Amino acid sequence: MKNCITICLSVLFAVLAAALCRGQSEQGEIQITRPVSELGNTKPVPVSIEGFGPEVTDILKFDLYVQGFTFVAPDAAQYQISGSSADSVVGRVVDRFAKRTILSRSYNGAALRRQAHAFSDDVVLAITGKKGIAQTRIAFKVQAASGNGEIHVADFDGHNYQAVTHDGTIVSAPSWVPGRAALYYNSYKLNNPDIFYHNLNTGERHVIAHYSGSNISPAASPDGSRVAMIMSRSGSPNVWVANADGSNPRKLTSTSEDSSPCWSPDGQWICFATKMHERRVLAKVPADGGEVQVIRTPGTPNPTEPDWSPDGKWIAFTMQAGEFDICVMPADGSASPVILVRGEDPSWSANSRTLIYAQRTGGHYVLSLLDVYTKQVKDIHQISGSDSEPAWAK
Amino acid sequence: MNFNCFNQPLTEEKIMKMMNLVYPMTLALAVTLAATGCRNHRPYGVTPIPNGRGGQVGDVGAGNTLSSSQMAGGGPQTDINSFDNMTQDRAALANYTIHFAFDSSTIRHSEDANLQSVASALNSDRSTKLIIEGNCDERGTEEYNRSLGDRRALAAREALAKLGVDPARVRTMSYGKDKPVDPGHNESAWSQNRRDDFVLLHPKTGA
Repeated sequence: MKNCITICLSVLFAVLAAALCRGQSEQGEIQITRPVSELGNTKPVPVSIEGFGPEVTDILKFDLYVQGFTFVAPDAAQYQISGSSADSVVGRVVDRFAKRTILSRSYNGAALRRQAHAFSDDVVLAITGKKGIAQTRIAFKVQAASGNGEIHVADFDGHNYQAVTHDGTIVSAPSWVPGRAALYYNSYKLNNPDIFYHNLNTGERHVIAHYSGSNISPAASPDGSRVAMIMSRSGSPNVWVANADGSNPRKLTSTSEDSSPCWSPDGQWICFATKMHERRVLAKVPADGGEVQVIRTPGTPNPTEPDWSPDGKWIAFTMQAGEFDICVMPADGSASPVILVRGEDPSWSANSRTLIYAQRTGGHYVLSLLDVYTKQVKDIHQISGSDSEPAWAK
Repeated sequence: MNFNCFNQPLTEEKIMKMMNLVYPMTLALAVTLAATGCRNHRPYGVTPIPNGRGGQVGDVGAGNTLSSSQMAGGGPQTDINSFDNMTQDRAALANYTIHFAFDSSTIRHSEDANLQSVASALNSDRSTKLIIEGNCDERGTEEYNRSLGDRRALAAREALAKLGVDPARVRTMSYGKDKPVDPGHNESAWSQNRRDDFVLLHPKTGA
């Protein structure tokens, strides 16, 4: 009898393990192809939300809306999300078609807001199999009318914001070091546009580039060991790469008017905006040096501000034809860019689905989130002044 | 949990080892199910959320003064710091600001006289230095404009070099679109904002 149970259990366990292993390898390969035609055209997933208090309901709706969900009555929903939030968040998700509960969980500790974000991440994972974005952080600059500003960090929805700098000078282009609570940014604190490295845990910071001319637009490599930036110390603004501490700077390009470098997630390429034959184009250059290759962006004039998605598949950028528009194209150039919404300076979420970007309204900027598949947009919680140059922590 | 071990064939010994793990797990599961009454509308997991904000930022305190000794990467390549201990005179060359066409860093012939005046001022007093500040209108993305302003300042430095001004006496600064002279949103404002300002530097008295 005992042998029988042992065999039964070992078979069951082996099957479970095999299923888990398969799930892992599928995630590792990332072969789920999403055709370009889905960009901006995907139907949102209909869900219902019931039982929570107004604060938690609002948070859940915000979080899910910018990840491709829409809200309907329970009898029209594909997934029914319900629960309560009297003292703490308790929630579950029922798959109405499969007629089963796919998530049932309660949360304690911290504020309701954080519990709600944790639940929404679990909802997204249960329904899509992808990690949600609700517990991620952003960095951006807040600028006053004087032109001076400060670097800020906040939750992805703009709440819990905090100033990182208190210098009363021009700042720009914060960039997270992946996996670390650390930023690079440009500051004019030393009466020159220099690049700073700032450890957010200790508050310690260092100037890593203070050369004659511009030292701007820093971008940490995916492994954090290097930093790409624009420097003009050799007479023209070009792409340079240095070690994380600024040592061993190396000039990669000789094009004119380079700006906004970003890394491919494998660390092999640096994509940037430049000018060739008096036309603005996107280009890429091997991070170890090599030939500059133009990235064609048919139908989207004056491309700038590229950002390579963490899954490697997309490049988001800003095009300018009078107004500014957010565009997304396959990184391999296999299809033309898709123009999504008005806006500038997109930055990808870690799960490569949502973009944060800046929008002009009157004389200032506000920050917004865009789900690139459904084109659903929400403004984040705004701080006074002009909020722009967002960078999403990866 | 690491499942790599299952890529290898399962020997009886390994299975027994696993079962040693499985029994307590099964027991724990059974106890949990019993405790929660095994009703599927009750939560089966409680996720504790740690208190405090995620990613709290360390205090940027008074001890956080930056000095050149903190600079990594070998410090400045040029003698950029030699410009720091001089007195800025913004008025001296204020009349010689030059302007640019939209999205261009090419210096137009109409600006030649102004550049000549700047060169004469620099050439007549070798103790002076110069900062050229490149600026843009608001029609362009932020970092693009920072590079464009840089090109505009560098173009003026090149032009002044041809008029006999040693480029080592000239420092360039781009402000992108952060310092418009006219905050308006029309061509009249934009044309004023696409400019290079020239700031004369005198040695500090007694220095």
